[in-house]
Amino acid sequence: MKISINKDDGFSEYETSLEGATLLEVLSDIKHTKDNTLCFSSGCRSSVCGSCSMRVNEVEVLACSYKVQDGDKVEPLKNVSVIRDLVVDMDKAYSFNQKAKTWLSQIALGTNLNDEDVKTNAVQSDCILCGSCYSACPVYAVNGEFIGPFSLTRIWKYASDKREENVEQKMNDVQTNGIWDCTLCGNCTVVCPQNISSKADIEMLRMKSAQYGLMDPNFGPFDGGFGFDGSPVF
Amino acid sequence: MNKKCDVLIIGAGGAGLTAALNAKESGAKVIVLTKEYPTRSQTCMAQGGINAALGNAGEDSVADHIANTLKSAHGQADPEAIEYMCSEAPKAIEWLDSIGVCFSRTSDAKVAQRALGGASASRACYAQDYTGLKILHTIYDRCLRADIEIQNEKYLLEILKDEKDVVCGAKVLDIRSGEVEIYEANAVILASGGYSRIYAKNSTNSSASTGDGIATAKRAGAELIDMEFVQFHPTGLKNSSILISESARGEGGYIINSKGERFTKELAPRDVLSRAIDTEIKKGESVFLDIRHLGEKLIDEGLPQERKLAKLYENVDPVHELMPIRPVAHYTMGGIKVDRKSATSLKGLFACGECANHRVHGANRLGGNSLLEIVVFGKEAGLNAALYAKENLRTTSITIDKKSVIDEIKEYDNVLDFYAKREHLGDLFYKNVGIVRTKEELQEALDEVQAIKANISKLGVSDTSKKYNTNMIEFIEFKNSLDVCEVVVKSALAREVSCGAHYIV
Repeated sequence: MKISINKDDGFSEYETSLEGATLLEVLSDIKHTKDNTLCFSSGCRSSVCGSCSMRVNEVEVLACSYKVQDGDKVEPLKNVSVIRDLVVDMDKAYSFNQKAKTWLSQIALGTNLNDEDVKTNAVQSDCILCGSCYSACPVYAVNGEFIGPFSLTRIWKYASDKREENVEQKMNDVQTNGIWDCTLCGNCTVVCPQNISSKADIEMLRMKSAQYGLMDPNFGPFDGGFGFDGSPVF
Repeated sequence: MNKKCDVLIIGAGGAGLTAALNAKESGAKVIVLTKEYPTRSQTCMAQGGINAALGNAGEDSVADHIANTLKSAHGQADPEAIEYMCSEAPKAIEWLDSIGVCFSRTSDAKVAQRALGGASASRACYAQDYTGLKILHTIYDRCLRADIEIQNEKYLLEILKDEKDVVCGAKVLDIRSGEVEIYEANAVILASGGYSRIYAKNSTNSSASTGDGIATAKRAGAELIDMEFVQFHPTGLKNSSILISESARGEGGYIINSKGERFTKELAPRDVLSRAIDTEIKKGESVFLDIRHLGEKLIDEGLPQERKLAKLYENVDPVHELMPIRPVAHYTMGGIKVDRKSATSLKGLFACGECANHRVHGANRLGGNSLLEIVVFGKEAGLNAALYAKENLRTTSITIDKKSVIDEIKEYDNVLDFYAKREHLGDLFYKNVGIVRTKEELQEALDEVQAIKANISKLGVSDTSKKYNTNMIEFIEFKNSLDVCEVVVKSALAREVSCGAHYIV
């Protein structure tokens, strides 16, 4: 089998004899036996650390959970700066968590959640911050300040948690460069290795925002439309 | 310009981040360095749970938690440290719950608990089978809220000491730029993880668990203790060493041989179970984990990761098929010697998490006690380091040259392939310094480690570029693990009587 890898100096082709192996196993084998200079990130090998996200044939995957096929084209994630070969700089994508304030507003002592409450955001709390969603996001591609899929999912995780007391503030924090900028294309949902749908979470955030009178600011005033403050314009 | 802070923390897993939060809350200026990113640490891989005697699933008591932990430790633990950890456990869960960890719940709105090996009650609180992941990410979010400075992709080269032999910072490689940097601090906390990867591919661990912090601390003069105690997890997938969590047995899974016979107690402590499986394998049997009788619904709700990984790595669907397993290196009880305040034998240096040895696991750790340890002692380390830093303010700046091991390695001959050597040594350690040990085999392993060390300049790197050189990083990691390997074998040779995970015949 042959695969080609987009290194700093362009695509290089490598032959591998490993059958039925994961991409991470193949990359490790190439690094150890054929090309010591090949650079990629990896960690747990079991899809929970989020290190080995990259693109194969233009689709985001975790290298540790993708089985290699003959002719695969392997590239780094998009919309992030490449440090070397398949290694990208995740600092900026990570910084949106702080910007969006992805945490409980207060220490929530003594709240008694039940089994159903926990299930409401169990999937959202499975996120491994691999960044596949930022790579696939067409909005982030053109607006580098867009808070982006994993941070918005994280906000919904906390906002939908019964322990959060100030949901309104959580909504206020994601209005600008946030939930209204998403085009609901669903790319993030397709590529997420943890089966999280940031798109669906963003829709939930929009509905919740509307409950607090927060509306799409791009939806300008026109006959029967709404003003910037969300109130109807007549 | 050197970067300065009150408390410098090396490692951003559960222990390091908990320490950071507590040091910061005490008023210290904190910087956290990680060779990866904070949420990529080993903590995210912990699945089974975190122990606390809450009694939410049947009767339990702190006294029983202490008794079980002591028993499993085989007399090699500090009873006071265990008592402290187990007594603090309910508070630790309360704290995690209060910051938003999504623990699974019972129908009557309590934190759900399940049984793990060696425990007299269902004591492990869990969040589906992503317990470590959800705890780590929630603590990380808390660090963001506290505005803690976390620097990614910085690799620890040396711990720095002043003329009075007091720890005063660290020499660090910025992996991205390839530049060596100096961080000055009044106190340093190591939270850099364990050393299971000295067993190379025969380990469940992340490839990052190379014992860097432990080797670096030793070079600086810190004492290590009980390094021979390495826990082999009974249920690694046979070909890939990927962990199948103990929760699979906690939920009622069976261990069977090729004849379909159950030959051991599934919820025995890990050392006992690993030996039973090892004996069976040495008889020529294949050994399997069988969870088919649990049913698809329970497997998908309680063990979704297990199903996914078994399909991916062994091409078996555990709902219908058996999972082939073998015991592999999973957790290292040994580490940097620390006292009750998480202080090492070096003034100014603290340690917590798997790199430290608080003597709460002794010769064999119980499932569910490692996540507990990082929260309880991460806090201790953070508070005590912050206090120490306040009382020992440094007024003078240090001048240290930026020469490092990297300059030395670039001069090596690189005529032998170190990746092959690393794999060979890992396999030798699995065989000779593994589940069952003999004096002769241990000596053979020691000879081999020392031979590699003596000829280290024959190895080397083919990539000498500065920017993000993973060939270089992996070589430094290998060099560190050689130092760790040597201590592990020497400690194993010095302990002539079997004890817990150290089983010698």
